[in-house]
Amino acid sequence: MTAMKKLLYTFTLLLLPVFLAGCESKLLVFDPKGPIARSLTDLIIYSIIFMLVIVVVIFVLFGYFIWKYRARKDDGDFEPKEEKGNHWLEITWFTIPVLIVIALMIPTAKTIYEVEDVPQGYEEEEPLVIHVTSADWKWIFSYPDQDIETVNYINIPADHPVQFKMTSAGTMQSFWVPELAGQKYTMANMQTELYMVADKPGTFYGRNTNFNGQGYAHMTFDVEALEKDDFNEWVNDVKNTAYDLTEDQYGELLEPSVLGRMTFNGTHLDWIDHAHGGSEQYIDPELYKEYHQEGFQDGEVPVREIEQSGVREETDNEQETHQQHETEASEQGAHEHHDMEQDSESDTADHSHH
Amino acid sequence: MTSQTTPLEYKSHQSQMNILGFWVFLGAEIVLFSTLFASYFILEHNTAAGPSGQDIFILKDVLIETFLLLTSSFTCGLAIHSMRNHDKKGLLIWMIVTLLLGAGFLYMEINEFIHYIHEGATIQTSGFTAAFFTLLGTHGAHVTFGVFWIIMLLIQLVRRGITEKTSSKLFIASLYWHFLDVVWIFIFTFVYLKGMVM
Amino acid sequence: MTFDEFFVTGDPLILASQIAIGLTLIGLVALVSYLKRWKWLWREWFTTVDHKKIGIMYILAGVLMFFRGGVDGLLMRAQTSRPELQLLDAQHYDEIFTTHGVIMILFMAMPLLIGIMNVVIPLQIGARDVAFPKLNALSFWLFFAGAMLFNLSFVIGGSPDAGWTSYFPLAGKEFTPGVGNNYYAIALQIAGIGTLATGINFVVTIIKMRAPGMSWMKLPIFVWTTFITSIIIVAAFPIFTVALAYMSLDRLFGTHFFTVASGGDPMLWLNLFWLWGHPEVYIVVLPAFGMFSEVIATFARKNLYGYKSMVYAVAGIAFLSMLVWVHHFYTMGNSAAVNSIFSLTTMMIAIPTGVKIFNWLFTLRKGRIEFSTSMLWALAFIPCFTIGGVTGVMLAMAAADYQYHNTMFLVAHFHYVLIPGVVFAVFAGLYYWWPKMFGFKLNEKIGRWHFWLFVIGFNLTFMPMFFVGLDGMSRRMYTYSESTGWAPLLGLSAIGALIMAAGFAALCYNIYWSFRYASRDVGNDPWNGRTLEWATASPAPEYNFAVEPQVEQLDDFWHKKKQGKTGLKKSELKSVHMPSNSWTPIVLAVAFGVVGFFLVFEWFTLAVIASIGIIVGLVANSFDYDEGYHIEPEELEEEERKWRGDLQ
Repeated sequence: MTAMKKLLYTFTLLLLPVFLAGCESKLLVFDPKGPIARSLTDLIIYSIIFMLVIVVVIFVLFGYFIWKYRARKDDGDFEPKEEKGNHWLEITWFTIPVLIVIALMIPTAKTIYEVEDVPQGYEEEEPLVIHVTSADWKWIFSYPDQDIETVNYINIPADHPVQFKMTSAGTMQSFWVPELAGQKYTMANMQTELYMVADKPGTFYGRNTNFNGQGYAHMTFDVEALEKDDFNEWVNDVKNTAYDLTEDQYGELLEPSVLGRMTFNGTHLDWIDHAHGGSEQYIDPELYKEYHQEGFQDGEVPVREIEQSGVREETDNEQETHQQHETEASEQGAHEHHDMEQDSESDTADHSHH
Repeated sequence: MTSQTTPLEYKSHQSQMNILGFWVFLGAEIVLFSTLFASYFILEHNTAAGPSGQDIFILKDVLIETFLLLTSSFTCGLAIHSMRNHDKKGLLIWMIVTLLLGAGFLYMEINEFIHYIHEGATIQTSGFTAAFFTLLGTHGAHVTFGVFWIIMLLIQLVRRGITEKTSSKLFIASLYWHFLDVVWIFIFTFVYLKGMVM
Repeated sequence: MTFDEFFVTGDPLILASQIAIGLTLIGLVALVSYLKRWKWLWREWFTTVDHKKIGIMYILAGVLMFFRGGVDGLLMRAQTSRPELQLLDAQHYDEIFTTHGVIMILFMAMPLLIGIMNVVIPLQIGARDVAFPKLNALSFWLFFAGAMLFNLSFVIGGSPDAGWTSYFPLAGKEFTPGVGNNYYAIALQIAGIGTLATGINFVVTIIKMRAPGMSWMKLPIFVWTTFITSIIIVAAFPIFTVALAYMSLDRLFGTHFFTVASGGDPMLWLNLFWLWGHPEVYIVVLPAFGMFSEVIATFARKNLYGYKSMVYAVAGIAFLSMLVWVHHFYTMGNSAAVNSIFSLTTMMIAIPTGVKIFNWLFTLRKGRIEFSTSMLWALAFIPCFTIGGVTGVMLAMAAADYQYHNTMFLVAHFHYVLIPGVVFAVFAGLYYWWPKMFGFKLNEKIGRWHFWLFVIGFNLTFMPMFFVGLDGMSRRMYTYSESTGWAPLLGLSAIGALIMAAGFAALCYNIYWSFRYASRDVGNDPWNGRTLEWATASPAPEYNFAVEPQVEQLDDFWHKKKQGKTGLKKSELKSVHMPSNSWTPIVLAVAFGVVGFFLVFEWFTLAVIASIGIIVGLVANSFDYDEGYHIEPEELEEEERKWRGDLQ
């Protein structure tokens, strides 16, 4: 009977709820918000069509064969004929995969080259350069031309190319904003590059995908795409209100910890670029030992608060002191207020689109 | 298979399998040393604050080591030649010469290492020194193992004479010894010569 | 070092399991002592060089490790079943996914496959044993020492916590202090030496010990896949040996192979790891392909379709498996050209794999398919593995991989490859060859429970992961927030894991039930098999075959059966040479384990002292001139009459 009937039923029954659950809202990878991510999504959908055809062919043949040629009670003495094989059939199922591989390879190679460059239609514009430095367990973003630095969020102008120059201050991480571009590793003593464009203003989920210790799950960041004017305004605002980044404070930032958002005037590129060595002076094994022994106890995420004690640049007088200036700085952006506590909670792998 | 011309060490089926098995093992050893070489080439220029090969290598010592090991491979061949002629004494003497040359090689190599350490190049100094000492050390450890192994076999030879079993064991040890010689030729060329020229 | 640094303490979960382990050990020792079985254990098992017994010990150890790795998996699925659950903290979760990966690949999949290879290969080629029986025992004991040392980390010192891939710089001493990753480096090294020896052993066995007349194109397909697997082992494991040696040096002696400082190169680790790690995938999958081929042919009652193209396909896969390692890190900033080339080589693997799938399908066509439990596993493999395969092709496309890499999509993919590809194969193989090992079948009815629970549970566990992965969930996250919307899918996955666990429990119960109650009257050929292992008694006698079989064609036994030529002539019986038991393998392995333990804790003086044990073992082995013993024709005759009745 039935063994195989059951098998088929099971499969359909299993797959249904899963598909339904999956399609409830659009999966991030299928919901690109920029040209680079879109070309990846197109490639993925193109490949899925081929895969579905393959799966259907194999499943149908499989189901048909095990149904048709099942042992029956009354054919016990039926002796199937031995078959060696058939050249033409074997050539067929050798050739078809070859053709499929070719059909997949051409757009793959095209896309690989495509995403390594400024996306089409944006070649004329000078990309905004942002240096990404990943550390345990936070993301540090430096805007060398604007001379500002942020932690765990990036503001970018919408509809404008951004070039990320990425490195790490220690362990290896992977920088991923699924709605805007594919991911790439960040490595100490190395520099990797990634292009990104956001079609429209919006907030996008970004995270580290490469395991790097206890704080890994919390290593997320937001990408805020702003209208160009808003972006410039934000930059000015940061320059007017944020504390200067000092070397000491930078050292404190790099200590293993989970942090909320922060904003600084100046960048650490003035004294170190981790892409070119020197990270070891910031790595203190003793601090890792403490984490190893104490750990993240009782599920509490130890979000550390760092006192910002650097010199504040002289600014226009009407700008009052804000206790949480990073909140203030990002106020111009598209998202709502965050203080440290709230931030840490939503930090736990938060999606912006849900 | 066991005609008159078949050497003694190939006579029994088990010996044939042992020898084939050892060849397969040498295949694995080739992969092992290739990996060590490849890593060395990758880390060769990562000298950090430490010295480079050019700064520390001493050609004279390396040439002596090369001479000792190459000669030992030759005497090892003579030993197996004696074995095929059922000349127990010749086999014993040539094997002992081989071992002495091997020990001489080890002595020179250890001195070389001590010299490097005094020059400030320890295994902890840099990526380069780590790869260098590990490659050389693995080879040296193989030679050391070979020396003790062959001593064991020579004791068995003295006790039992040249039999199907002892001959196949010694033949296998000789394969091992020649293999280490070949590895050394690569080390000499691609570590020392290349390091001093480039 | 204080007490609580040495023993792992604190977590009630761990404490409970420690007590459970302790009690089980005490119970086992007490039981063996009570039954007065120590001598028997030593004589019949610990010192044995019989490939069948070694195989059974491998299988036993593999099932035990399956349990351990499975509990790790269950805990992971439990922890992520609800958002922000506080069952495990981050450190504990990190340790658990690390040990889950290492144990499932190296201490579950490998020993179960090598165990079945051990039992079956000499029988299928009509040999008395493997080429080097004593080395074979050493392989097993080294694997076992490595596995035990690795598992010791759970109780003493702390588990490894850098993932089964142990990527540097994370796996370096400065980022992951403690002895956990020392355990990784040293335990895997010890087990790896054993595996390398197994590879060499089977290469020589298959080249040199085939029955007369069994030329290469008459080899059973499982022998072919084992042969090619063994070659991959010989070619790939030394790379891992070197990588682990570097790792040990970095961690124990402060060298700079993979460090951030002083000219180390962490990318070197990634390359070396996957130069071994990708072939490793095929090391576990290829023998599984061989087993499926045997099972499908037997229960379709037809010969394997396209035998020759199957052999070429396996060889092709093995060759390509060496050329694809970069696809594990497309995102490392390689040039577009490099990523394109490796996309191509990776996708090319789909071609021979596709050939194999169609050959299996066409073996079924026009057959008479009997749905034994063993066959059910082989059948379920085809659709499940197809899903794993096509998602593999999707991952192979480098550009698309930028969106899948390190996500749950990847996790789902490789479980869809490895569970149908390896675990289903092991189950198919166990049900199929169980009578040859033990002389009784596993119960078919309980087997069906085992099958349906496990297959349903498997799909329910891993199918949702494709979707959370595409929704941005990366792997190895110990927690996530409600707002991600992943909770329902991950909850489903946790339920699936429980169902799978129930399936595993059904297997254990099946083994118990069948051991107690199953009929011992299975005959030599319970499944109407096609290959030589079915020509001898079940369980196979220690000498395997009373008379060396003569082979004329592929599936020789099948054709001889049809011609009624499977009888035994008394005049053909000759005395059989057998190897003696040996204590050196187990003693050597224990010495390796002890040295390894001391190295883990960086107690170098003790390690040097303990390594004297290794030297003694090696010297004793060198001076061992044991000639083995003979089984005389009278004994053979008596033994053969037991199941053949009268001889001709």
